[in-house]
Amino acid sequence: MKIEIRRYHPHFEPKSIFMSYEIPEGLTLLEALEHIKSKLDSTLTFSKGCRSGVCGSCAVRVNEKEVLACEYRVKDGDKIEALKASEVVRDLIVDMKKPLETLKKAKSYLLEQNIVSMDEEDEKMTKKQSDCILCSSCYSSCPVFETNPDFLGPFALTRNYRYVVDKRETKKKEKIEAILQNGIWDCTLCGNCTEVCPQGIDPKTDIMMLQSWATKFGYQNPNIANFGSFGLDF
Amino acid sequence: MIYDVLVIGAGGAGLSAALSAKEEGAKVLVAGKSYPTRSQTSMAQGGINAVLSENGDTIFSHIEDTLNSSAGLADKRVVEYVCKEAPKAIKWLDSIGTPFSRENGKIAQRKLGGSYAPRACYAQDYTGLKILHTLYDFSIKEGIEFLDESFLLNLIVEENRVKGATFLDIKTSQVKQILSKSVIVATGGYSKIYKDFSTNSSHATGDGLSAALRAGCRLSDMEFIQFHPTALKKSSVLISEAARGAGGFLINQKGERFVDELLTRDEVSRAIYNEIEKGNEVFLDIRHLGKEFIEKNLPQERKLSIIYEGVDPLKEPIPIKPAAHYTMGGIDVDENLETSVENLYAVGECANAKLHGANRLGGNSLLEIVVLGKFAGKNAAKSAKGSVVEDKFYEKTLMDANFIKGVFSFPNKIDFYEKRDFLSKIFYRNVGVYREEMGLKGVLSVVKQMQRELSFMGIKDKSPLYNTNLIEFIEFGNMIELAETILVSAISRNESRGAHFRVDYPQRDDEKFLAHTVTWKEDGVLCADFEKVKN
Ligand SMILES: Cc1cc2nc3c(=O)[nH]c(=O)nc-3n(C[C@H](O)[C@H](O)[C@H](O)COP(=O)(O)OP(=O)(O)OC[C@H]3O[C@@H](n4cnc5c(N)ncnc54)[C@H](O)[C@@H]3O)c2cc1C
Ligand code: SF4
Ligand code: SF4
Ligand code: FES
Repeated sequence: MKIEIRRYHPHFEPKSIFMSYEIPEGLTLLEALEHIKSKLDSTLTFSKGCRSGVCGSCAVRVNEKEVLACEYRVKDGDKIEALKASEVVRDLIVDMKKPLETLKKAKSYLLEQNIVSMDEEDEKMTKKQSDCILCSSCYSSCPVFETNPDFLGPFALTRNYRYVVDKRETKKKEKIEAILQNGIWDCTLCGNCTEVCPQGIDPKTDIMMLQSWATKFGYQNPNIANFGSFGLDF
Repeated sequence: MIYDVLVIGAGGAGLSAALSAKEEGAKVLVAGKSYPTRSQTSMAQGGINAVLSENGDTIFSHIEDTLNSSAGLADKRVVEYVCKEAPKAIKWLDSIGTPFSRENGKIAQRKLGGSYAPRACYAQDYTGLKILHTLYDFSIKEGIEFLDESFLLNLIVEENRVKGATFLDIKTSQVKQILSKSVIVATGGYSKIYKDFSTNSSHATGDGLSAALRAGCRLSDMEFIQFHPTALKKSSVLISEAARGAGGFLINQKGERFVDELLTRDEVSRAIYNEIEKGNEVFLDIRHLGKEFIEKNLPQERKLSIIYEGVDPLKEPIPIKPAAHYTMGGIDVDENLETSVENLYAVGECANAKLHGANRLGGNSLLEIVVLGKFAGKNAAKSAKGSVVEDKFYEKTLMDANFIKGVFSFPNKIDFYEKRDFLSKIFYRNVGVYREEMGLKGVLSVVKQMQRELSFMGIKDKSPLYNTNLIEFIEFGNMIELAETILVSAISRNESRGAHFRVDYPQRDDEKFLAHTVTWKEDGVLCADFEKVKN
C-alpha cells in the first residue's frame, strides 16, 4: 500500500512536496517510517524514541489529525505531515523550543517544596493531567496560534492546573496569575486539544476549571468585561 | 564560556545530578541528544524501591535482596549507601511534586520479583514518566540551562583530566566544544545493540560509554545484560513486572505453568527461552486478576498489549518473549562516581557503580539514578571548585569536525542499516540468555569485520540539516565499538553468574571469577582483565 509524506527542506526548491512511498501492510506509522528510512530513502527525517507511546517524540499529523506515529496503524492513502504551530525544521521534525518555553511562563511546577499527607482522592485530582507526555499534539491542533503566537497553549495550561490542584501547592494565586495573560481567557474552548490528546487528557476542561479558579481569586475575563462596558455606553 | 559542571544526558540521572550540582552553587549545563522528557527514563513502569517504614520490611532486607540478586559482584558499601538513602530520595521526589500513587494516606508500594516485601513506590504504571516530568518541571523552576539536540561525540581530556566535550549540533551538523571543569556522563545504557530484541528506547545506543572508552576510561562488567522475561512477542515492547508481581501467570499454549513467576529475571527469562526453543509459545496470563483490578493497576500494560500485539489481556493471554532490557555493565567508577579520568563522573545506566552487580533487582535503577545522580552532581560540583580549564580551541574539536566532514564523503558501499539488523540478530542468538564460547567467538569475528568495514559504509543523506542518517551511523559506530567489549568480556568469563549464563560453564566459580571484568583501550587496542571484588 501507499502513503504520502510531506517532505520539507528549506534549502530545496520547492521547499515542500508530498512524496509517495510503497510500504508493507500491518505496520505502525513509526515502523513504516523506519522501513522507508532504512530501505527506501535514507533522507526521510523524523523523531522517535520509546516506540511505545510514552516519550512524546513521534507526534505527526495524519490526514490533518495529530497522532503518535508509534501508536497509529497505517492505512492506504494516508497523508503524513509535521505538526503545526511550531517551526518545521525538516520533513516531520518541528522545533520544540517555543512550545517548551510556555512551561516556564506558565510556572507549571510546584512553587515551593512541600510534603503533606495525601490519600487516593488527592492523587486522583492530578492523575490524568500528569499522564502528559509533552508530545505537543494539542499545541499543534489549537487554532489560537493562528492569531496569537504568544498563547500559552493547552499542555502548559493543563500542567499549570495539575499543580494548582496539587495539595502540596501552597501558592495557588501566584500560579493563576501566571496564566492570565495569553492564557486561559484566550482559549476559544473549541476542544481540539482534548480530541487529539493520545493520553486522554482534557485540556479544555482544565482551562475552564482554571477560569473558575481565576474568578475565585477576583480576576475577570477581560473579553466579557469589555462587552460589559460596551453595554453601559450603549 | 566555561561551566562548572557539564551534564551529558537529560534522563533521570542527568536531571538529578544537575539539580544537586546547582544546589551546590555550580554553573550547570545539561546537554542531550534529544529533549529531556523524551529520555528512556519515561518508559519505566514498575516502580522505585525504598523501605518507607520498617513495618514488615527493613532496609536490611533491601540490602540483602540487592546483594543476592547481584551474585557477588555488587559493592556492599554502595548498596548500603543507596538503600539507606532511598527513603530520603522518595521524600525529596514527593516534595517536588511527584504524583506517586497513594494508599491509606501514604505512598503506595508494590512487590516486584526478587524482593522480600512490597517495596516499589509507583505512580500507577507511569512511574518513570511521572518522576522524569517532575524532575523536568523542577529543573525549569530552578533555571537549569539546557542544550537539546546536541549529540556527544567525544570527551576532551588532557593529561588524564577532563576539560569538556565535543558535540554535534544535530540541526546543523556543526561540531562544537563545550568546556567545563567537571563533566558527568549520564547517557543511559546500551541494550539497543539488540535492536528489535530489546525493550529499550532507540536512544539506548551506549554513546557515552564508547566516548568514555575512547577517552581512556575503563568499562567494567560489560557482559552482564539483563533480559526481561515479558516483552511483547512482535514488538519487544515491555509488559512490566508489575503484572507478575500482582499475580500474573506464565503459561504455554497448552495452558501449563512452567516456572515460578516471581524468581529473578534471568531465571524466568531462561525458562521462557527454553519453552520457546522446545517449539512452544509463551504467554502472560492476567485474566484472573479481573477487569477492575487491571483497569486500576495495569492500564498501561493493557493498552500496550492491545496496540502492539492486538490482544486484549482481559480476554486473552498475552504472547511474550524475553528481550534485552537493562545493561549492568558500564563506565567504571569509584565510590564517588568518578571515573579513572580526573573530574569525569558517570552515573545512571551508563555507569557501573557496582550497585547491581551481575543482575539488577527490579525497581533499583530508578532508585540509582536519583540517589547516585544527586551524589554525582554534588561531587562534581565540589571537584569543579579547585579546577581550572583553559579557554582555548582544543585539538579534539578539530579532529571531530574533520571526522564528521569525512563521514559525508565515505563511499557508502555497504549498507549499515542491514549490518545493524544483522548485529542485533546474532547478538540475541549468541549473546542472549545463553552463551557459549564458539558462538561468542563467531560473533566477535563478525564485529571486527564490521569495524574494518565502517569507512566503506557511511551515509546516503548528504544534507547537513538535521541529518538523522548521520546520527544513526555514528550510533552504529559506537555500538560496534561496545559490542567488542561485551564479547571479549563474555568470552573471558568462563562461568555462569547472574545474567551471564555460559552453557559450557554452567556453574558459578568464585575462586576464579569473584571479580569484575575490566576493559580499556591502549593505543586503540582493546585490553581486558579481571579485578577481584573488594569487600
Ligand atoms: C521499558 C522499561 C521499563 C523500565 N522499568 C523500570 C522500573 O520499573 N524500575 C526501575 O527501577 N527501572 C526501570 N527501567 C530501567 C530504568 O528506566 C533506566 O535504567 C533508567 O531510567 C536510566 O536512566 P538514565 O538517566 O541513566 O538514562 P536515560 O533515561 O536513558 O537517559 C539518557 C539520556 O542521555 C541522552 N543521550 C544518550 N546518548 C547521548 C549522546 N550521544 N549525546 C547526548 N545525549 C545523549 C539521552 O537523550 C537521554 O536524555 C526500565 C527500563 C525500560 C526500558
Ligand atoms: S496534553 Fe496530551 S496532547 Fe498535549 S502534550 Fe500532553 S500528552 Fe500531548
Ligand atoms: S480548547 Fe482552547 S486550548 Fe484547546 S485547542 Fe481549543 S482553543 Fe486551543
Ligand atoms: S516513539 Fe515515544 S511516543 Fe512514539
